[in-house]
Formats: sequence, structure tokens, C-alpha cells
Amino acid sequence: MADNKFAAYICSGCGIGDILDVAKLERVAKVEGKMQIIKTHPFLCNEEGVKMIRDDIANEGVTHVCIAACSRRAKVEAFSFPTVALSRANLREGVIWAVAEGSEHDEVRQEMAEDYVRMSCAEVKKMTVPAGNVKESSSRKILVVGGGMSGMTAAKAAADAGYEVVLVEKTGQLGGFANQMWKRMPFNAPYAEAQPTGAAELAAELSAHPKVKIYLNSTVAETAGAPGRFKVKIAAESGSVSEELCGAIVQASGFTTYPLEKLPELGGGQPNVVDQAGLEALAKAANGGPIKRPDGKEVKSVVFIQCAGQRDDSGTHLPYCSGHCCGTSIKQAMYFKDQNPDIDTVVMYTDLRVPGMGEDFYRSAQRKGVIFTKGKASKVTGGDTCKVEFKDLILDEDTATEADLVVLATGQVPNAGVNLDEWTATVTAAESGDEAAKTKKAELQKISVLNLNYRQGPDMPQLKYGFADSHFICFPYETRRTGIYAAGPMRRPMDMFQAQEDATGAALKAIQAAENAALGRAAHPRAWDLSFPKARLEGCTQCKRCTVECPFGAIDEDEKRFPVFNEERCRRCGTCMGACPVRVISFENYSCDTVGMQVKAVEVPDEDEEKPRILILACENDAYPAIDMAGMQRHTYSAFVRVIPVRCLGSVNTIWITDALNSGYDGVMMMGCQKGENYQCHFVKGSEMAYYRLGKVGDTMKGMGLEPERMQTYEIAITDGARVAKLINDYVAQLNELGPSPMKGFG
Amino acid sequence: MSEANTQALARYKNNFLKEVEERVEDGQWVKMCMQCGVCAGSCPFGPHWEHSPQKIFMMIRAGKREEVLTSDSMWMCTSCYNCIVRCPRKLPITHIMHGLANYANRLGLVPKGQPTRDIAVLFWKNVVKNGRVNEMTFSLAMYFRDGLGQGIKNAMAMKDIGLGLMKAKRLNPMEIFGGHTCKDKSGLQRMIAKAREIEDKRRGLA
Repeated sequence: MADNKFAAYICSGCGIGDILDVAKLERVAKVEGKMQIIKTHPFLCNEEGVKMIRDDIANEGVTHVCIAACSRRAKVEAFSFPTVALSRANLREGVIWAVAEGSEHDEVRQEMAEDYVRMSCAEVKKMTVPAGNVKESSSRKILVVGGGMSGMTAAKAAADAGYEVVLVEKTGQLGGFANQMWKRMPFNAPYAEAQPTGAAELAAELSAHPKVKIYLNSTVAETAGAPGRFKVKIAAESGSVSEELCGAIVQASGFTTYPLEKLPELGGGQPNVVDQAGLEALAKAANGGPIKRPDGKEVKSVVFIQCAGQRDDSGTHLPYCSGHCCGTSIKQAMYFKDQNPDIDTVVMYTDLRVPGMGEDFYRSAQRKGVIFTKGKASKVTGGDTCKVEFKDLILDEDTATEADLVVLATGQVPNAGVNLDEWTATVTAAESGDEAAKTKKAELQKISVLNLNYRQGPDMPQLKYGFADSHFICFPYETRRTGIYAAGPMRRPMDMFQAQEDATGAALKAIQAAENAALGRAAHPRAWDLSFPKARLEGCTQCKRCTVECPFGAIDEDEKRFPVFNEERCRRCGTCMGACPVRVISFENYSCDTVGMQVKAVEVPDEDEEKPRILILACENDAYPAIDMAGMQRHTYSAFVRVIPVRCLGSVNTIWITDALNSGYDGVMMMGCQKGENYQCHFVKGSEMAYYRLGKVGDTMKGMGLEPERMQTYEIAITDGARVAKLINDYVAQLNELGPSPMKGFG
Repeated sequence: MSEANTQALARYKNNFLKEVEERVEDGQWVKMCMQCGVCAGSCPFGPHWEHSPQKIFMMIRAGKREEVLTSDSMWMCTSCYNCIVRCPRKLPITHIMHGLANYANRLGLVPKGQPTRDIAVLFWKNVVKNGRVNEMTFSLAMYFRDGLGQGIKNAMAMKDIGLGLMKAKRLNPMEIFGGHTCKDKSGLQRMIAKAREIEDKRRGLA
């Protein structure tokens, strides 16, 4: 510690100096914070103020800087000193803007500011500058798994951006489902006519691209490693195995069509009843001429039945909407109308949905005379003249119509590989000697796309209905396997335009991940972060909680069952740190100590002062900005709270709560993102883990003789500025009813 | 069955949508309806129609010719234009309703005694005769459309209003003897006859 030099800089601008007693804050930083240099500046974030800090770092050897000014979310460019450890005391958004105006609040406001200075000084002392881990040998090559439209688009995007690409395709030809199609829905103005797929041109372009290496008739036999160093074994049908070192992966393994045989009630399996893929084949065979049925008869009338085996709430068929099928049927009806306007084309739908510019396409079909009937088909009889029995939903009657051909709009089934829940259960059973489970494990292994050798299973987690992982609400391409991005209909049902857009996005994310890995940085959402988790293994009890709870599968186990951190897979959320019961996991700039010392630095007044203290642990992604926002919008809240930002609620170690309650805090508010099915947690499972863990704190509190109300959890969205202020005030009122903590004075 | 109707049936067979597109004013818009139901929800007379415009359009597409053309529904339209204003697909719904009513009348398919149709026919005859509306003969024709006894009853019931109108010089009793006319009324009648001929030819009704 001899070389460390601590400095505190207090800004008196933005009204801080007018409202707070800055001289007292300086004294706190000196006497209690033990800062060696303390300077106040009337405008710290201006050129002069920043220069003052830079000069001290350069000339005085300052290694640790505490800035008491605005929120850590403000002025980040000005206060960027990458060579020193930095903490921020939030005096502006968190104190002077948040506490009600008026001299009657002067005392508590000043106390709040002083506590934030104490906390900031305590935090910075426990921080070190992340050393980073630049890797010279890191690969920037992008592996694309799947050579359909999504995969080809991703490969082209990455290759055109200057990156080496390895494209692996299971079949002998690039193009995927697009090869079966006659035309695709329009993707540029005026969105009125079907357009050529362009698959063959794209495939030819990739085959000639100097940056792209294509493996046809090949699958991924094994994926090992982490971003920047994925070792991928590519097995060809012929039996030869090649190995590629890749930086990041785009999985675009596509979809299969829902089997027609599963729809006998809608004529599946009967002659002259086809699915949309079947109609594409007929249209392709017709090559612009009259479309003929398999028996050679020219089609004069056709009925398209939407949602066939989809949006089914009975549990028999697909429960979801595949999104593209309305547009696809519109396109296919046009195949007939364009060739001969006298052909009767009826699209039978219950809810016509044409996302994007599809509404123009829909109108175009109506203009061409395609009839749209709102009705639900109940029975289709195939044969020379197909009969469709349906309920007309507008006229509310059961009726029927006849046609030469019936087309069923069936859905997309994702090819996302192995369901990890099923995998884990099977592996557990197989390990205990279950023979059937062993066979099943081998079967599952066969459908795996990536064959990851991670302890968490061979593919990325699935979200719903077998679709691959995605942070649906905020970051659609993100998955829980760092450096592996899902694109196209294996992620969610979609049409070709969306799939290509998806693929481009995923390719750019993959490039970002490979670059970040090479620089030793985290991937989204802490893409600048050079810190990574370190474990004092001598203290580890091999409890495996960190390996199990890590939402990203970043942690493996060695043969002695100690955790092995794959730094490049880590997102730096700290969930492992929160999970660790013996607190041996920490980051250089974020640890049990950096937060714990802040908790302890707060001055807790005696019971008779009637000034409760409430600790708020707020997720830095949504809750902390919301609290800042409360200040900015002047939704004032109680001056009795002390807010500490955490990387994710999942990183909250229960020791902080125990410490707080032991030191006489009256209550703890935990603020994280929405969990569950529509989660908004940036680390997917972090907030869920936190709730799960904190559910168990109740017993501990009972043991301490504390009411369970003294710890509350809240789901906060980034827009909740006004709400968060109200929650704080309500909670303070609730604690006032409850009376002071019985632990006061024992701390 | 009128000759025009027989001819139409022979010509269009079961393709009622095509018939509407060719023969009904603004009928080519029917296929553009997307069945959102905003017209049905916007119509102030909605609850009193047998079929809302949304349903009428669906029935046309479903080929329910007889049901549509003999329907009372399109005669209920008061031309408030709420549906036109609100239709997200910009269908001229009011005009289509009037077009359908007109066409049904042309084919002689309107239910007997449909009051909107009766008043429209009486009004048209009245105005074409002299090129001016004769309020005296028009009112009397309305009163007596259901026979002499009902006519006298109607006239007695309305007598106070009638006398009031006369006193205020809003109704001239002398109009009963032929009334005033426009200049060159036979020229007007020829013009209307010609217009009708052209329209019929265009719609294949000649």
C-alpha cells in the first residue's frame, strides 16, 4: 500500500456549493476518509478542473481518486482516468436534487452528502485498476454455422467488414430453404410484387469471396474454448475432421417446416393438400407458367388456410404464430393471379398479420383480386375437388367452399439443437447408471448443432418453444453463451427479410465479441470492462454454486471440482461473487469489500435521534438510472436512504445485507430488473438468482430477531423515476411505523 | 324476377364480387376491405342495420347475391360519412352503400314498401318532371302513398304544420296546380335520359 496515494476532489458547481457545506465535506474526506489530497473546484468537469486531477495523477503520484460531484453516470468522458482507481460520490442527482428544498432539511441533507463522501472514500481504497489481459494470439475469425439465407448474410456481412469467415453447411449446397422457393416477399419499395430470392447469387458471391472458407456437407463436431479462442472441429460427411480457431460464432441453423402428417383434420397427407413449401415446389416446377397439381391438372381455384397447426392452445400443435405465413400466402396467391387473373384465390385467415411493409403487399394482393375470408377451417377433404369446411367469422355461419388445391400455412420449427433442461436431466440420470438415459444422451448429442464442451451443455439455452436464447426485450442477438450469437428463424419465427436483418446484426455482434476478447474486455453489456473475476481458490469449498449460477456458462470445473473461470466468456455481472458463500470471488474494482466497506462507512445515528438509515442496493443498469432520474426530475425522496449501485442484483452477496442489519440499518431495499418470463435483466438470470437467494435471508433475519419487512425487493424499470421516489418514501413511512431496528447500538 | 336481374344472373353466374365491381358505383373498392370492423362500430345506425357495411362486404365476397341485394341494410344509411372518415383503407363506404341501393332498385329487388326507397323514387319523379321540387305535390304524394284513407289521416295529422308553413309563406298552396318549372324542362329531361343511357351502357345494363 506504500505506493498508493489517495485523493478526493469535491465539485461545488451545479449548486452543490450553495446547498451543502463543502468545508465540512472536505473535513470528512480528510479525517474519516483519510484522503491525502483534498481539493474543491467550482466546476470540476471543465477543462481546468479535469487538468487539476490529471496533473495530480501525473505529478503527485495519485493512484486512487474519489470524485464527489455528480452521478457516476454523468460526465463519464470528463472524469475518465484509466490509470487510476476511481470512485464517485453522487452529491448532485443523489443529494441536492433528490432531497426536498428548504432549511428544515439542511441537516439531513448534509448528513447524506457526508455519508456519500465517506462511502466513496471507503470504496476507492478497496479498488485496484483492472490490469486487463490483452491476448496477442486471439482469433478474430467468425464461424457461421448454417448456410441458408441467414448464415450466408451473416458470412457476407462479416467478410465484407474484413473478417475471415468460416461457413459450415450441413448439405452439399449453400442456400438452405431459399433454394426451395420460387420467389420471396418483397423487401424494397413499392412492396407490391414478389421478388427473386437472390440465394444463388449470394451463394456464388460467397464461394468467390477471398475471406470466406466454406465447408459443405459438414457439421460442427465440437466447440471448445471461449471467445477469441474457440477451437472448432468441423466434421465432413466423408469422415475427415478439420479444426478452425475462431473468435466468435454466429449460429444460423434455421428451421424445419411443421410436418403435414400431424394435420390430418386439415387434409394433411391427402392428395392436393400441400403446405407452403409444397406450393413453392409446384410454383418452381411451373417456372412462371400455369401452376399444376402433382397429378398434372391445372389449378383453377386455390384456398390458403392460415395458422394451420399454429397458434394452437389445445397443446396439440405449435402454440405460437410463425409471423411470415400471412405474407407468404399472399405471395403465393399472387403466383396464381399474376399468371391468370381468373383463378380463384382465397386466403382464409383468422387474424391477418403482415409485419413490416407487408401491409402494402397485402393491399397489392387485394388489388389483384385475391379474396380474403375471415374464417376458421375445421375440416379439409382432399381429392380431385378439395372441400374446405369452415366457420365464417364475420357472417358467423358454418359453410364450405371447394377448390382444386388447398395450401396449409404451417409454422416454423426451430433447429436450435439440444434443450439444456432435458440435457441436464438426462446426463444426471445417465451418471447414476440409467441405461435408457445413456441412449437418450447419445440421441440428444446427435441433434446438437454446436456440440459445445461446456459443463452447462452442448448448445445455447433455449428460451421458449425450443427457440434459441435471445435477450428478447433489449438485445435480441445476445445469448447466454458469450461470443455465440443466434440469428434467423432458430431464434424466433421470421421471414427472410427479418432473418437477413437478424444475421447482419448477429455478424456485427460477433465481430464486436471477437475484438473485445482480443482486448481482454468484457462483452455486452459491460463492453469496456477490463476487470474479470478472480477466486482465492485456497478458500474455496468446491460448493459449485458459482458454476451453476453463472448465467453465461463461463465457469468450468477442474478435475478437483474447483471453478475454472473462462474470462472471455464472462460478462462481469458478478453473479458468481454474489453466489459465493465463502466470498472468495472478486473483481479488481468490484468486490465484497468495495461494497461492504461502503455499507460500513455510513454513520448510523442512535435510536433516539429518530433518523433511520436505509440501504438501497440498486442495479446499475435500470434501478440506479431510475433513482438518478428521480433526482433529475425533482421527485424528492427521503434523505435517510443510502444508495449503492451494484452491477446486477445477482452480484449481491448476502453478507452485505447481514452487515447492514448488524450495523443498525433499519431497512434494506433491493432494486433490480424485472425477472421471470419477460425478464429485463441485462444478465438474464441475475435478478432471478438474487430473488431466489434473498428468499433465504428471511430465516437469518428471524434468527437475528428482525422483522422480515426490514428487507424488501423491488422490480424497477429504467423509466421508473417517479415510482422509485414514491417507493422509497413509502418504505420510510413503513419503517417509521415499525420503529427503529433492535440491532442499533450493537454494531 | 325483372329482366335486368335475369340478365345479370346469366352474365355473372356466381361471381357476385365481379358484378358489384362492374355495376355498382365504387364497387371496385369492395375487395380492398380488410374486415377491421371500424365502419360497423362507427355507424350511428349500426344497431338498426341487419348487416353492417363490414358484413355486406364479406357477403359480397362470399357470393351472397340475393341476401345482399334484397337487404334493407344499405337503405338505412343516412350519409353521415362517419365510416368514410374512419376507414383505414379509405373505402368510400357511404357511396358504396348508395351504389348498392341504387343497383338493387335497378334490378327490382328492393323489399316492397321500403320507405327510403319510396321517398327516393317519389322525390326523383317529382324533381325530374319540372326541374324543380314541388313541395306541395311531393308532400301529398308521400301522404297518399298508402291509399286515400291513410292519406287523409296523414294530412290531418300534419295540418297544423302545413298551415303554419303556408302562413309563413314557406309553402304555396297554388303549386298543386302544376307549379313552377325550370327553363327548358324538356331539355333537362333529355339530358337526364342521355346520362342514364351512357351510365347503363358503361355498366352493361343497356
